[in-house]
Order: sequence, then structure tokens, then C-alpha cells
Amino acid sequence: MWAMIVKEFRQVRRDHRTLAMMIVMPVVLLVVFGYAASFDTSSIPTIVGGPAASEVSARLPDLFEVERVDAAIDAEEATRALQEGEAVVALIADPAGGVALVDGSELFSARAAVQALTTGAPQIEIDVLFNPGLDTSVVLVPGLAGLILLFIGTVITSLGVVRERQAGTLEQLAVMPLRPRDVFIGKVAPYFLVASIDLVIVLLVGSFVFDVPFNGSVGTLALGSVLFLFVTLGIGVLISGVSENQGQAVQLALMTLLPQVLLSGIIFPLESMATAVRYIGYALPLTWFNQIARGVMVRGAPLSSLLVPLGVLALFGVVVFGLAVIRFRRDLAASHTESVAVVA
Amino acid sequence: MSWGLEHVSVDVDRAPALIDVDATVAPGEVLAIVGGDGAGKTTLARTLVGLLRAKTGVVRRPESTRIGYLPATSGVWPDLTVTENLAFVADVHRMSRQDRASRVHHLLAVTELTAAADRLGADLSGGMRRKLGFAMALLAEPDLIVLDEPSTGVDPVSRADLWALMTAAAVGGAAVVFTTTYLDEAERARSICALEAGRVLASGTLGDIAASVRGEIVDRRSDGSRSWRRGRQWRTWRPDGSIPDGSARIDADLTDLLVAASLAAEEAM
Repeated sequence: MWAMIVKEFRQVRRDHRTLAMMIVMPVVLLVVFGYAASFDTSSIPTIVGGPAASEVSARLPDLFEVERVDAAIDAEEATRALQEGEAVVALIADPAGGVALVDGSELFSARAAVQALTTGAPQIEIDVLFNPGLDTSVVLVPGLAGLILLFIGTVITSLGVVRERQAGTLEQLAVMPLRPRDVFIGKVAPYFLVASIDLVIVLLVGSFVFDVPFNGSVGTLALGSVLFLFVTLGIGVLISGVSENQGQAVQLALMTLLPQVLLSGIIFPLESMATAVRYIGYALPLTWFNQIARGVMVRGAPLSSLLVPLGVLALFGVVVFGLAVIRFRRDLAASHTESVAVVA
Repeated sequence: MSWGLEHVSVDVDRAPALIDVDATVAPGEVLAIVGGDGAGKTTLARTLVGLLRAKTGVVRRPESTRIGYLPATSGVWPDLTVTENLAFVADVHRMSRQDRASRVHHLLAVTELTAAADRLGADLSGGMRRKLGFAMALLAEPDLIVLDEPSTGVDPVSRADLWALMTAAAVGGAAVVFTTTYLDEAERARSICALEAGRVLASGTLGDIAASVRGEIVDRRSDGSRSWRRGRQWRTWRPDGSIPDGSARIDADLTDLLVAASLAAEEAM
């Protein structure tokens, strides 16, 4: 038995990834997620309009972080501001009270706002937009769609490529008259297609089973999905590039998945996280896809209001997909870069 | 035109794996690469097909459409059937429908895989998988065929079949290079390149190798460090060519020649 224990320790010591997962990851996860795991909302972005805008904004509790006060803001302007994600609450104040428009797609902030307004300012009429019932499923489904794309893009793609390496067939492909580009595209395209079909299925199930609205443009969501898929497929190929076997690939893929599930704003609102942890969230692709999907589906956000998340995803896509292509080419292209080979 | 390596050195994981290796093969010939574990056989095969980059020297090979390669892992897709594996190779080489049908039919027959045509690669025995990999390497009738241990794990009857296929490919004009640890198999090749610790220990035809070993090999045990056992008999390498009383010179086979060459190299160091 002692020999078995010693052998096992020797093996674990040499498996640096498992060692990291066993020792470093729990500490990191506890610290990071400890700061992230909060449903409490400490500030709600608010704009205030209407004839009594100045007086009402001065009397608002600290929970409402007033970003703009303009008496000219009317209901139409307020709705547009919420749709574009400028604020979560838009208050149109008049001397008798007024109306508070609340963005229901920001579930926890909206719930906190409704509670604060109901108890603190009963004279103000509350109108929850986009998700009037403040249903969790309406907010979760767009993010879950992203999670499914992430799972297929990262885990399944990395497994598909590593399977080739493990079976020795990647070597076979490298010798065949195929350009690295052909192999890469041929390898990734099926997963791209399957992920796209999965996305459509998830959205249809979300709409018909969970009554998730689809208020925005299909084209905008499609654009966001394509950019996001490029990022996730790129991460999958990168993981496969540094994994010797499928176990290692799954291990690494889970290391990239878990933070995205917890820090992207799907479950815990980004506004509730500690600043440093929130910035980790901003470095994750799912955070930006979630903003696009939730914005398009629930709020009907126009393309112009989603340029930042689309741009960030495009940047991620160029960097990650580019690195994946370079890595894949390196695996396949020894013969194409050899300076002394004479190919007749 | 000959294919192969000229004064090639290759590093693997920053350690020298091949050192100044010459190994060439002409169309219509079979070259056997032999050596013990870690001698550099697979490195040589991988360098020849372009999977490893030579640090120095010249590698001559045809363009990739004209190379057939059987990797040590057999290179068979485990989740495709035998027919699908062959069809994929045919697609990549853009073979015409007619060529493909006749070649697949022929290769399935000669590798005795016809009955297993619809079985998944993962469900084949080790020997059958290597035969399928062999058929895949031969399918497009390449100019250079590189086979990394084609007969490892293959039963003796199938080994004979594989040898017949190799010979037929060479007769058809292809240059065939194969690695093996079976010296009896290597002896049947037109030329042999024996590797030891990444260097060429001996090369050429069996006659060339015999001529390159100085001295004689006799059938008695004498000088301990220069003697080795072959079955129930002993062999001794006599570098000075002398034949002690009671001993007789033997007609050395490749095994004896390579042991003598290895001893000579060791003593020269």
C-alpha cells in the first residue's frame, strides 16, 4: 500500500495541471467567487427627467446612482435610454409624483429598484419594461444560449482536435496534400454549424417554452453569435494545442468555462461584484455576448447601442482565433517551413 | 531521382535525435531502416515525410500529393469505417471515381479487409488496423512510400502479405522506405540503413554491410567482450581476421553483422 501511495504522489507531482487544480484553483476560486457571489445591488444607474427632475433627483436615496438629470427627458426618451442600456431606472418626475420606468432585463437591479420605490416613494407609479413579471428565465435564457455556444465551441472543439492528435491522425493529415488552412477550416466548420443549430434550438425553446421575448433584430444577434463563436472555437483549438489527451483538454476547458459561468453576469450581476473581480468579468467573452443577447432579445436594443460589446468580441475573435490558427499551423506545417528540404 | 536524407541532423525536444544521417532510396527500390528502441527510426521516417524539421542537411522528397505515409500509430481514423477511411484519402488526393473504385477494391482484397469494409477503425485488431493504414498509404499510388514499423503487431502470414505489397509497389516504380526491428525482414530489402543512437551504424546492401565490417565472425565463444549468443550457438567478432583453432568462419547474417559493427563502433570511441 505504501508503494502505491508513493507512486501516486510521484505521478501527481509530475502532473502540474492536476496539481494546480488541486491546490491553487480552490484558493483562487474561493477568493474570486467569494467576491463575485452576491445578489445584492449597491447602485442602480438612474436618469431623471420631467418638470420636477432636479428636486426629485436630490431626494433619491444613494441606491440610485443618478447619471443624468434633464427636465426635457420624456417617457419616449426614457424608454429609449433603457433600451440602449444607458440606465436601469428612468424617473419622469412631476410635482405630484411621476412614473419610474424600470429595465426588467437587469433582474436584480430592477427588483431592488422596485422594492426601494414601493417602500420609499409610494406616490411614484412603477412601470417595469421588457420583463414586466421580472421572470428569472427571461433573463437567464439569453445567457444560457451563450453558455451552450461556449460549451460546444470550447469543450467539443478541443476534444475533436485532441482526438486527432491522440489517434495519431493529425500526423496523417499533416503529411496529406492539405494546406493547414484546409485542415483548420475543415475541422472547425462542423462545430460552427452544430453550434449555430444549437443556438437556434435554444432560442426557439426559450421563446416557446419559457416565453422569453425576442424584441430585437435577428441580424444583430446573429452577428454577435458569429463573433462569439469565433472566440470560443479559437479557445477550443488553443486548448487542444496544449493538451496531449482528451482528459487534459477537458480539464483546461473547464478551467475556462467555470469563471465565465460565474463572472459573466449571467448569474450574479456584474454591478454587485468587487471592482477587481468585475474587471476579470470584463475580460471574459461570455460577459459581452450576454450583454448582446440580453440586450437584443429582452430589451430590443438597436445595433448602435451594442457597438462596444460587438467590438470587444470582434477584438477577442481576431486575437484568439488568430493565435489558434498560428498554433494549428505550427502543429501541421513543419514540412512547409523547412529551409533545407528539396521538394520535387 | 532519389529521395531521402543527406547529412541530416535533427533535434527533438532540443536533444539530438539524428546526427549526420545519410539514407536515400531510388524509385523501384526498398530501403529498410533498422535499429533498436530509440535509435532514431521513427525520427528518420517523420523527417523524410516532413513532420520534423532538419537542423542541417538536405531532405529530398516528392510533393505531398506523391507521398504515402503509414505512421507508427497506423493513422487510421477510429470512428470511420474501413471504406470511409479509404474514401477520405481518395477525396484528399482527388482521385477519379473510376480510379478510386478499382484501387479500393484491389487494396481491400490484397489486405484481406474486404469482409471488414464496414467495420469501424476502432473495432479492427491491431494487425488489421496496420493493414488498413498500409492500404491508405498505397491508395494514391505515390512516388515515395514511408512506412513506420508496418509489420509490428501483425501476424506472420499478414507480414508476408505486407511484404508482397511493398515489393509490388516498388516494382510499380515507387520508392519504399520502411522501419523495422525485425532484421530478417530488413534483409529482404534492396538496401539497409542501420541506426544506433541517432547515427548511421552501417548502410548499403547486405553485401556492402558485410564488406564494411572488418575482420571475421567465428562460431565459438572466446574473447568475452566480443562474443554474443545466437540461440544455442555463440559468435565472436575477430577484428584482426584471425580464426582460432577449433573455430570456423561463418557466413554472417544481418544480425551478426550489426552486432559486429556495433562492437567496432564502440571500440572506436
